Formats: sequence, C-alpha cells, structure tokens
Amino acid sequence: MLEDIRKNKKLQLLIGFIIGLFFGFFLYIGGVTEYDVIIGQLLLTDFVVLKVMMTAIIVGMLGIYIMKGRQLVGLHIRQGSIGSTVIGGLIFGIGFAILGYCPGTVAGAVGHGAMDALFGGVVGILIGSGIFASLYPSLNKKILNKGEFSHLTIPEMFGVNPWFVVIPFVLLILLILLGLEYLGI
Amino acid sequence: MDWTPYIAGIGIGVLSCFAFLISDKPLGCSTSFSNTSGMIERLFGGKKTEEKEYYKKYKLGIDWQWMLVAGIVVGVFLTSVISGGFVIEWVPSTFGEKFGYNPLLRWIFALIGGILIGLGSRWAGGCTSGHGISGALQLAVSSWIAVVMFFIAGIATAMLLYGVV
Repeated sequence: MLEDIRKNKKLQLLIGFIIGLFFGFFLYIGGVTEYDVIIGQLLLTDFVVLKVMMTAIIVGMLGIYIMKGRQLVGLHIRQGSIGSTVIGGLIFGIGFAILGYCPGTVAGAVGHGAMDALFGGVVGILIGSGIFASLYPSLNKKILNKGEFSHLTIPEMFGVNPWFVVIPFVLLILLILLGLEYLGI
Repeated sequence: MDWTPYIAGIGIGVLSCFAFLISDKPLGCSTSFSNTSGMIERLFGGKKTEEKEYYKKYKLGIDWQWMLVAGIVVGVFLTSVISGGFVIEWVPSTFGEKFGYNPLLRWIFALIGGILIGLGSRWAGGCTSGHGISGALQLAVSSWIAVVMFFIAGIATAMLLYGVV
C-alpha cells in the first residue's frame, strides 16, 4: 500500500503541496520567515532559528530512526566532500547573511508580502542556480569531488549502532535548548 | 517563555517523518530553484538546456519538491492573511535601521545574497532545509559539516555587515 502511494505520481505532487502548506505554516508561526529573526540569529542576538531547527532535528531523528528500524523508510544522504560541502557551504553562508533568508524561508517570506524576498532573493537564487548549472561540468571535474568524506553517516563513521549516536545527540540538543532558555535568549 | 519555536520545530520534525514515510523524500528546497531556473532557460534554449550535464542529472519539470516550495508560499500566505500578519514590505526593519529604508539598496543586497545562495546551495548539494534539517536528522556527515559552514560564514558575514566586529 505504501509502495502504491509512493509510485502514484499525481498523488505525490498533491502530497508534496500539502506538506509544503504545513511546512509554510510552521515556518511562519515559528517566526523564521522574517529577515529580522534570521539576521538576529546570525548576529547571535536571537536564537529562534536555532530553536526551530534543533527541535525539528531531534523529533525527526527519533521518528526516522524508529521507522528505519522497522524498515518503513530508507535514508537519503548525499556523499559530501571538502570541494563540494565545505566550499559550497561557505559560499551559501555568505549569501545567507547578505540576503537574510534561505531558499525555504525566502519562499515563506514571499508568502507574507516581503518584496525584497520576491524581487531580490528569489530572482537571485534562480540566477545563482543557473550559473552553477553552467559551471557544473568544469566544477565537477576539478573541485566537487576533491577530498570526499569517507562515510555517509556519523554512526557509520564510528562503526556503531545508530542509537548509540541518536540518543547522545538528542540529549545534547535538549541540553543546549535548556541552556538557551535558562539564559533567556 | 515563548513556546512557538518549539511547536514549529516539532511540526517540521513530524512533517519530515511524513515526507520520508509517504513520499520517500527528504524535505528540501534549493533543488526546486535550480529546477525552475532550468525551466526558464529552457523557454529560450529549448533542447540545448535539457542537454546540459547538470539538468541531465537533475531532470527538469514540476516535481514533488517544486510543489513543496509552492506549498510553502501558499501556506505562509494563507496563515499570514488569516492572522493579520500579511504586509507588503520592501525593506525589513533591522536592515532599514542600519542601512536606511531605500528599497533599491535592499534589493541589491537581496539579489547579490540570492545569487550566492543559489550558487552555494547547489555547490554544497543542499540548503538549510535539505542539509540543515533533513540531512542533519539522518545524521549525515556531509550535512552536519555543511550546516556548520553555513553558520560560520553566515555569522562572520552578518557581523561584518552590521559592524559588530
């Protein structure tokens, strides 16, 4: 039955849209579709972005690894490398601070009327992605595969059962969140 | 204490689980932008665009993730209209107080930042949702490294821009 749903292309487009509706709803009530909130996080004066992300990570991590244990879901992980993940991540981070939105929150910001997100952010991201697609053949040959990471996941890296990583991660993140609330930031 | 960030986080975590379970897909956003960029280019370039190496690897067209991003726009639009938060705004207040409320200046910043984000997210193979949430919750090595890079460069750039350091 799950396979039938996953293979039904039209239904999947509808499901994608509905998940997007709720994703937008949660991003908005969390406040993270606001430029001011995102810049506040990068200036370390407001920790809402971190709170939303960290909470989503622990809830999702527990859910995914429980379902994976029952063979209901498979992981989707990209192999990374220094040439791709580190260099790309740094370029992204610089853009993140200048734009003040990321690709998901820029879409959300458009939804509540942010014109800088629509005419600047979205247009810019489309141009940047197009530039990447044009550069891709040479980047792929020269840079993207340099220094490939040897493992896909952290549990694989340590050669342990995933739960030996999941539980400490969840506890550590909870501790960080408690610390943020204790400090009142 | 404000609970809304946690409610939002729990909601997004649960949505991630649903996406894996019923769609066999991680939540992500940036691929839709390169997809759209390619589709726009295809209007002018036709077959030549489809034959670009990158678009052979990531096929062009309206797919699950494209609908997800469309859903985000509509979801925020509906929520903000219903809650009375929808406002047409050209310059966010934090930016305006520092650099002035000039829409053109803000537009230039947003455009440059956007170009870097488009380039960087494709370069790194994901963005704040694909790496920062979906990859991180799967304990992906590449995603945790990516998200640390996003924030190192983001914090340094923001602090330079706002003259904190």
